Amino acid sequence: MPISISIPISDESTRALHVGDSVLLNGIIVTGRDTAHKWLYDRFIKKSVEPSFDDKEVYKELNNLLKGSLIYHCGPVVSGLDTGDYKFISAGPTTSIREELYQSDIINHFNLKGIIGKGGMSEKTLESCIQTPAVYFHAVGGAAALIARSVKRVLGVHKLEFGMPEAIWVIQIKDFPVTVTMDSFGQNLHRKVLDNSRLILDRLLD
Amino acid sequence: MQDLTRHILELIRLTSTSLPADVEKVLLSAQEKEEDGSAAQNVMLSILKNVTIARETSTPICQDTGTPIFFVRYPVSYSTKKLVSMIRFAIAEATEKLYLRPNAVNSLTGKNSGHNLGDKYFPVIHFEEIEGETLTIDLLLKGGGCENVGRQYSLPDSHLNADRELEGVRKVALDAIFQAQGRGCAPGFLGIAIGGDRGTSYLASKEVFLENLSNHHPDPAIAALEKQITKEANELHIGPMGFGGRSTILDTKITVLHRLPASYFVSISYMCWAFRRHQISIIGEKVEFD
Repeated sequence: MPISISIPISDESTRALHVGDSVLLNGIIVTGRDTAHKWLYDRFIKKSVEPSFDDKEVYKELNNLLKGSLIYHCGPVVSGLDTGDYKFISAGPTTSIREELYQSDIINHFNLKGIIGKGGMSEKTLESCIQTPAVYFHAVGGAAALIARSVKRVLGVHKLEFGMPEAIWVIQIKDFPVTVTMDSFGQNLHRKVLDNSRLILDRLLD
Repeated sequence: MQDLTRHILELIRLTSTSLPADVEKVLLSAQEKEEDGSAAQNVMLSILKNVTIARETSTPICQDTGTPIFFVRYPVSYSTKKLVSMIRFAIAEATEKLYLRPNAVNSLTGKNSGHNLGDKYFPVIHFEEIEGETLTIDLLLKGGGCENVGRQYSLPDSHLNADRELEGVRKVALDAIFQAQGRGCAPGFLGIAIGGDRGTSYLASKEVFLENLSNHHPDPAIAALEKQITKEANELHIGPMGFGGRSTILDTKITVLHRLPASYFVSISYMCWAFRRHQISIIGEKVEFD
């Protein structure tokens, strides 16, 4: 049976999750992928770019939203761009590893309780999962029409000038289906599958 | 020449929202092969459920509607210039109707054009003039996740001990699958081109995706290699989404091109499970979808 989790997530419930757990997520989360991660990282973590007034306003908002919440690696198809009455039409996860460079700092900075994405992440992010604590939730890549049904409302959007896929969408989700593949105890399913497949590959190439 | 825009628009809608029958059949049998109650089987069940919902509601199967790649075979009387303009018009309209996500991004500024039209390479359109009266347009929608895990090898590859022979092709193909892990949205499909230059080799590795999954290479040695690569890929136990499991690659197709004496490229294109392909044929007023 899947475990139902409400967002914001406590450290205690984060620590109760293990690799392999099926989870249904409920609450408010935020989408963010390549452009959003770099934007956040450059302006508010590395501080190599001076943020604009608008940047600072969005950052304030995100600071409130992300505490105990999750970033979803997703570039959705959204209807209602002309009216502002937004609806998620198709919204599966994108490949997470592209955010590896920024992810651990962003998790630490906002006290995120995790990430939703696909394909898993690497050692630095795993280290943050142990310290913060946080969890990597894997959604089914490509199952976008199905997943969009778990997005009940679009509460707002920031940085729409990044384009529809790269914008930061604030969404309310209900029974959003995921599997834990990296946990706060340092377990990483992706590493395990990689190591096992490497042994078999070596035999096949021999 | 008649205006084909609305037919091309329907081709785009169909391709984005409805998987071809042969692909769905293979996905169904992959689901049956996974262990009951496993994470891999849950993934396959979600995939199949998603395929049904997308078709019923006419929404994109995957939010990444990918690079639109058109293969146009046209009779002598057609104008490719007019075909390009009809295709581009249909792409913009399909984006407005949300059959496609706006996906054309300026590489330097990061600005999204908003309508899926970029330079002359976006959308991708390949033309071939043919004998006869039938115009056929094939469309592939290839997402970024699977495109990113494609690989090209120049043989011999000393690191993999892969020489200029079919055994070398087998080795680099398995390496590519290993490198991809679950990130190309496994279980996937492989298109492999042996030979060509770097450009034609990659192109041919994608063109094989137009073939029905039941077709295999007429040369028995190549057909056997296709089968062997699929079988050994599944022994890697990467599984659906890389969760571990029995299905990693569902089919392999190989094509062979002439090459320079100095070159021996092996290009490997990975197609995700959301293998979106459809075809339209037009003879005079008669329009048929596959």
